[in-house]
Amino acid sequence: MSLWKAIVTRIGYGLLLLLAVLVLNFTLISIAPGDIADSIAGDMGGADAEVIEEIRERYGLNEPFYVQLWKYMSGVFRFDLGYSYFFNVPVTEIVLERLPATLLLVVSAQVLAIVSGTFLGVLAAKNPRGILNAVVTFLALFGFAAPVFWTGILLIIAFVSVIPIFPVGGMRDVTVEGGFFVQTLDLLYHLVLPMVTLASIYLALYSRLARASMQEVLGADYVRTARAKGVPERTVLYKHALKNALGPVITVAGLQFASVISGAVVVETVFSWPGLGTLALQSILARDTPTIMGILFFSSLVVIVFNILTDIALRLVDPRIKSG
Amino acid sequence: MKRLLSLTAALALSTGLSAQAEEPKKGGTLVMALQQTPRHLNPAVQSGTATGQPGAQLFAAPFRYDEGWNPQPYLAESWEIADDELSVTLNLVKGAKFHDGEPITSEDIAFSIKTVQENHPFKSMFAPVEKVETPDEHTAIIRLSKPHPALMLAMSSQLLSIIPKHIYGDGQDPKTHPRNGDNVVGSGPFKFVEYKKDQHVILERNDDYFIEGRPYLDKIVMRVMKDGSARTIALESGELHMSGFEQDPLNLVRLKKNDDLNVSDKGYGAIGPINWLAFNTQADGPTSDKVVRQAIAYAVDTNFMLKALMRGTASPAKTGIHPDSPFYDDSVEDYALDIEKANKMLDDAGYEKGSDGMRFKLTVDYGWPTVKPPAEYMKPALKKIGIDVTVRASADFPTWSKRISNHEFDMTIDNVFNWGDPVIGVHRTYNSQNIKKGVIWSNTQQYVNERVDELMELAGSTNDQDLRKKYYAEFQQILADELPLYPLFPSPYHTISNKKVGNPSDSIWGTSHPLDQVYLK
Repeated sequence: MSLWKAIVTRIGYGLLLLLAVLVLNFTLISIAPGDIADSIAGDMGGADAEVIEEIRERYGLNEPFYVQLWKYMSGVFRFDLGYSYFFNVPVTEIVLERLPATLLLVVSAQVLAIVSGTFLGVLAAKNPRGILNAVVTFLALFGFAAPVFWTGILLIIAFVSVIPIFPVGGMRDVTVEGGFFVQTLDLLYHLVLPMVTLASIYLALYSRLARASMQEVLGADYVRTARAKGVPERTVLYKHALKNALGPVITVAGLQFASVISGAVVVETVFSWPGLGTLALQSILARDTPTIMGILFFSSLVVIVFNILTDIALRLVDPRIKSG
Repeated sequence: MKRLLSLTAALALSTGLSAQAEEPKKGGTLVMALQQTPRHLNPAVQSGTATGQPGAQLFAAPFRYDEGWNPQPYLAESWEIADDELSVTLNLVKGAKFHDGEPITSEDIAFSIKTVQENHPFKSMFAPVEKVETPDEHTAIIRLSKPHPALMLAMSSQLLSIIPKHIYGDGQDPKTHPRNGDNVVGSGPFKFVEYKKDQHVILERNDDYFIEGRPYLDKIVMRVMKDGSARTIALESGELHMSGFEQDPLNLVRLKKNDDLNVSDKGYGAIGPINWLAFNTQADGPTSDKVVRQAIAYAVDTNFMLKALMRGTASPAKTGIHPDSPFYDDSVEDYALDIEKANKMLDDAGYEKGSDGMRFKLTVDYGWPTVKPPAEYMKPALKKIGIDVTVRASADFPTWSKRISNHEFDMTIDNVFNWGDPVIGVHRTYNSQNIKKGVIWSNTQQYVNERVDELMELAGSTNDQDLRKKYYAEFQQILADELPLYPLFPSPYHTISNKKVGNPSDSIWGTSHPLDQVYLK
């Protein structure tokens, strides 16, 4: 299958998936007890009956489920994701405002996890009986076993409370004044702990994957040949072996993207990172249906796009897929 | 009966108070926490403390209240209640301006009262207001259909933000007005700079503030920090200067040990948050029986709750009126722990124990994490009198709210705010006319008592403080006997501030109060 045809098929599947995500989630949210009127009343310390009724009227919550679903979906087909019940602004505006923060966190954590995970995996594979191998095994166990919020809290205790070198949360310190460079530094300073926390889960995963796949590749004939003809070990490892061993890492990285985004919901909440994750939690608790749907729409879109990108990357790394 | 409080008297009072303190310093940026994300910043159409804390800085109100619950001049420099109590005249401060330079006139007062009357969730605040007359720019006369004692508190702090008619009167729906969250213009001590949802609200000093020489701070940054542990660490590290409405016992105990911080439990009486065990008085089950409710009250050890669960951070509340309120009556029956008596009461009422030692089953609900400990405590406590309690957690607030407001419960731990005068936040819980399905914090106990209805009506339609106290005393006595709910303790709201902060607010509204006297040392 040609690359283009594959991409078009993928996009087609992606759109169907998007539709399913929206219909299914709208249904699920409607089944949950309570609505935005309850949540608004809760925030306000109560509200009179007529106010509650008016809120339900205004947001069409008294209408039957199928009417609400139809209204929502017909809006989506017109590229209108509706208004946030909670913030009273267009959902697209609020989601797009938050998306960059989440992408920054997710992409930087993914890159950190992939690069350092692969590097650790390669080193471990090179020396299967070495101490590094034991470290990778330990990290893998720890990373999988430790809940990400717990890792986050531990990091806060260690690097904010005990050794106070990082800020407790947020994305920037508004009292810091300065130009672009200073602001960027401040942003990076705030990014470190949430990024490391989110990367911790996947670091383990990638290091194990890279190690297993490197060990397999290192046993292959062409590697033995390369070594026999006197290619330096570094070139053997990073040029010949790694390129072939990267396949599984890239595949998994693409598949993991959805899970990184869901991990980000937790990490963002722990670190008050103002991305889609905090917005998602806030919207779920507030029963802000249009915003939840908007977040799911955009995050599904991001996952689909990254899956397609993974597909392309795989084809570029592994020529065999082109013909398959 | 004429009452006139002049500006000079109030000024004498406030200078007297501030003379004891050290000289406030000008300048600096105060960083404080908001525990929730405000929907927007306009308290005229949005209740709650997330909007109230920035809202009280952006908008001024006719009055502010001192720590002794006395009204003080704010935008109204003096006021007068007519002999027949059917009108209140406000004389406005001359020369007061909105942040955009427009003068504040009586038209703005009339417009704000109308907006709040039509859009605020608490209809009882201004329900008897028939009209607001504006004979001249600086005089507003509020005409009432009946005497309305809650009016004064309803015109203070966040409850009546004076909003500019020339901005909010442009025909758009005030609830969704674009200027509620952006480019907000009020006349309070601080001006709007930036609001980033879920991140921060930035405010800067209003140099044209109508109170000479104030505010002291250059800027206030309110950071949205929902996680209590994160706020605790940020207070310890000095990243936050101040945080109001803190109530987690573990964090409070920890913060109290820190020498750099002041931990104050003063104020918040007008917010008046009380935790109680509410009963479904119309349930098919035993909670509809007064004897059962009383026996449960005798079996619940509030002392244990205060000491062990709340770690000494909370004080007792014997009634549904906050202990700081002038109407609180602490002479009511307090149901001190008496298991024997409770068991006997149930035996006598015919609730016999089965072979497993249990008389009947009940559920207790709770809807958010801070009230989980008292809910869990009910199980072992009531087991001692043979009641098999199931603790039912709800996934989140709307889930709980749905159950309780539709009366699908036996007992629940609840937390309800007084919101200043009992007319606003207390009556709604007991008024038999306010049993409304689907509405949380209505009379969800479905309690009906004609005398209680009558007492609320009487206390709610006179300005005679002594008479009101008498009515509310009888009201609290009846409720303590019939127990539609058993009060446990007020939420232990604390204001935590760094010792660098001068004059942290001890207001009856907590930090939902103009912070124009706060300064950094």
